[in-house]
Amino acid sequence: MLGAVHPTIPDSLTFAVSAAVILSGAVGVIVSRNAVHAALSLVATLFGVAVLFIEEQADFLAVVQIIVYAGAIVVLFLFVIMFLGVDRRENVADEPLRGQRPTALLLVAIALGGVVALGVSAHWATGARAVAGSTTAGHHANVYVLGKSVFTTYLFAFEATAALLVIAVVGAVVLARRPRMEESAGLTGDEPVADEPDGDPAEPDAADGSPTHEEVSR
Amino acid sequence: MSVPGQWYLILAAALFTIGALGLLIRRNVLVMFMCIELMLNAANLTFVTFSRMLGDIGGQVVVFFVLVVAAAEVVVGLGIVVAIFRRRANASADDLHVLKG
Repeated sequence: MLGAVHPTIPDSLTFAVSAAVILSGAVGVIVSRNAVHAALSLVATLFGVAVLFIEEQADFLAVVQIIVYAGAIVVLFLFVIMFLGVDRRENVADEPLRGQRPTALLLVAIALGGVVALGVSAHWATGARAVAGSTTAGHHANVYVLGKSVFTTYLFAFEATAALLVIAVVGAVVLARRPRMEESAGLTGDEPVADEPDGDPAEPDAADGSPTHEEVSR
Repeated sequence: MSVPGQWYLILAAALFTIGALGLLIRRNVLVMFMCIELMLNAANLTFVTFSRMLGDIGGQVVVFFVLVVAAAEVVVGLGIVVAIFRRRANASADDLHVLKG
């Protein structure tokens, strides 16, 4: 399967187009003045990576990449950008720290050179047997093999990610809440009943939420 | 049959480099988050490539977990950004120096 040295024309074409989309999208992310444009460039990159996943027979991951990344994460980014009203242009040419960009370029060039040098010189691919199962065990579909591996060999890690997701959701809710009840009570001169967590949380939210929104959306 | 794995690895290295560069030079917190996503995607591409080269499904399992962790990271990170925005209406990392002594 991997023996052929020369890739076929469709494969090469797919790779070339995807690589161009990925790299142009990535460059678009870091040079866009507008955060919304950066998010849309990110979608292009994620989509190109998904195409390459299909090209490498990782069908399930390609679909998940589209759904989770392009469908959920980027939408979350766009939601936060528009919610916070930061979709105004930003002066990219302005350099707050002098010499930061040349230094960053130098460091990144060193890192890339190190990675390429290691990749060329090291021989880490030992050709050892697969421990998690072959990608095409018994000519099963990719989803079958991946699911079997996730729910047997990596079951504990899978359950740990479930706990991680719950913790992340709770953490996000805690972070996104209004700062503090006594603070808002002090600001708005509300009665101390507002300190009670479930005693009509909508009213103090609206009370100190409106100036924040006005200030942010300007 | 397919494109050699080395090409994918070079592409992933380039993608990671662009992401790291963006993380270092941009000041907007949201764009910095997007650059982290770029680097995560580069790592994912590397994992899938090695999974194909070695014929081992483990690489794809790792990518699966990376996707989950990336989603959690973005949720918490954007929650922090929203919490910061309550205090100051600016997304520049330069303004976040309240912990500086």
